[in-house]
Amino acid sequence: MTSPRFVGVETEYGITVDGPSPVNPVLASSMVVSAYRAAGDDDVRWDHTDESPLRDARGGPAPEPSEPLIDDELGLANTVLTNGARFYVDHAHPEYATPECSNARDLVIWDRAGELILADAAQRAQANLPAGSRVLIHKNNTDGKGAAYGTHENYLVSRGIPFGRLTRQVVPFFVSRLLFVGSGRLGSELDPSVTFQLSQRADFFEVVLGLETTLKRPLMNTRDEPHADPERYRRLHVINGDANLCEVATFLKVGTMLLLLEAIEDAALPPVPELADPVAAFHATSHDLTGRVPLALEEGGTTTPLGLQRWYLDALQRYVKERDAAVDPITEEVLDRWEALLVTAADDPRLLAGQVDWATKLELLESYRTRHELDWTHDRLKMVDLQYHDVRPDKGLHRRLAARGRVERLVTDAEVADAVHRPPTDTRAWFRGECIRRFRGNIVAAGWDSLILDVGRDSLQRLPMLEPSRGTKAQLGPLLEEVDSAAELLDRLTS
Amino acid sequence: MSDGGQVRRGGRAEEAAEDQVEHATSSDAREVIDDVDELLDEIDDVLEENAEEFVRGYVQKGGQ
Repeated sequence: MTSPRFVGVETEYGITVDGPSPVNPVLASSMVVSAYRAAGDDDVRWDHTDESPLRDARGGPAPEPSEPLIDDELGLANTVLTNGARFYVDHAHPEYATPECSNARDLVIWDRAGELILADAAQRAQANLPAGSRVLIHKNNTDGKGAAYGTHENYLVSRGIPFGRLTRQVVPFFVSRLLFVGSGRLGSELDPSVTFQLSQRADFFEVVLGLETTLKRPLMNTRDEPHADPERYRRLHVINGDANLCEVATFLKVGTMLLLLEAIEDAALPPVPELADPVAAFHATSHDLTGRVPLALEEGGTTTPLGLQRWYLDALQRYVKERDAAVDPITEEVLDRWEALLVTAADDPRLLAGQVDWATKLELLESYRTRHELDWTHDRLKMVDLQYHDVRPDKGLHRRLAARGRVERLVTDAEVADAVHRPPTDTRAWFRGECIRRFRGNIVAAGWDSLILDVGRDSLQRLPMLEPSRGTKAQLGPLLEEVDSAAELLDRLTS
Repeated sequence: MSDGGQVRRGGRAEEAAEDQVEHATSSDAREVIDDVDELLDEIDDVLEENAEEFVRGYVQKGGQ
């Protein structure tokens, strides 16, 4: 039996202030996050009590016990939104971390809600800057000049899976999934002969396994900080993916991982073809636009990114067929779309334009380059590359393509607009978001697995929320409808 | 029966149908080209002014 499935995606957005006076990016990010809250509202601070970003899944000495830390020590803006998301400043970037979602389709909705939140927040922040200033936000992962910033997927998995086996089984998947996860970029940090590559982030990865996220980035990150009951769960912190604007790309990125993790938990995956040098294979896959670059296998011989993807698809189709008498519609959609995508890619991966970001961007760059007779290294092409990721609906080139119907949509604008304010109903994010909406004045701090309330008593009250499946609308909706105050809620929950 | 299940047809109705198909195909292709042209016009309109300068100045701090 597998654990309940939960996923969340955190994105550090690119930020730049264009105008009469330069603005430091940390300050700019802080202004963007602060500008988003309603006038008169304080930030909902972050509860760091259960955080342990330096705990290593491979073992080693126990981390320092941490005291509850309510204030953000650096005074950087941090808030928790009524949709259950965290919106804060991380490493000189505004970061939006989606609420916990129970499936890939919901994740697409709440990830896209983040784009609307960033666009709105940037516009509000702009009003507080000298006239002529513009705050521009890009949902991208590199400036093309040596800096990378992250989009991290987080999956709840059972503590029972040995970490070494998990690593062996997912690494070839991480390498080959660039075919649909990559958001594309001009140029390369590593190879001057590369004009365009699949991934924004691939060049910044140096090792297979490790704890770091900002230096010597590893394909498999070992951070062991479950944000849930550590006896039962670990959180797989996947740092090698790109920020996606194409809904199909986000849907498949998350949907295929959820399914793969279920099969791994069920010990239902056949022995995986292991790569001789996963980091070199990751770079090679990104630098090749055919999906057919040879990748050396540990046991000798070679495979290809398409070959590996086909292997995983076959294995997971068999797994689902044997497991489920009736396949749930989202799993079915993941398998169908994934198969269709690989069939198209086997013909020519560039035909994935409109479904995955790198191919959509490449098609645009090709047409633009042809019209204006530009060299591949021309700065105006670099502008097209960058502006593809602009979150403004009227200026972002991805958004313009979507408006013209050139990008396939999976969710509706109404669903995304609603998700700006409302949490998913079937995870603990529902309780977090609803409490903030109803009792904002009483919420001192929130974390992924806690709420700290001040209801006017001698001490602050901390509500632990260690189980991500507890706190849903079905479980707590009736209670929240009945109570009139945070104090009453607390009494009812603790009695 | 005819070769490989194919039915050979002829006559005016068939020719008219073929004309129609051809016409539809070329007008579809025309629409696609027009659409790309319009798209590229639009990109010229919305692309950052001083694109060269902007993109050269676009520098981010590293993150995670």
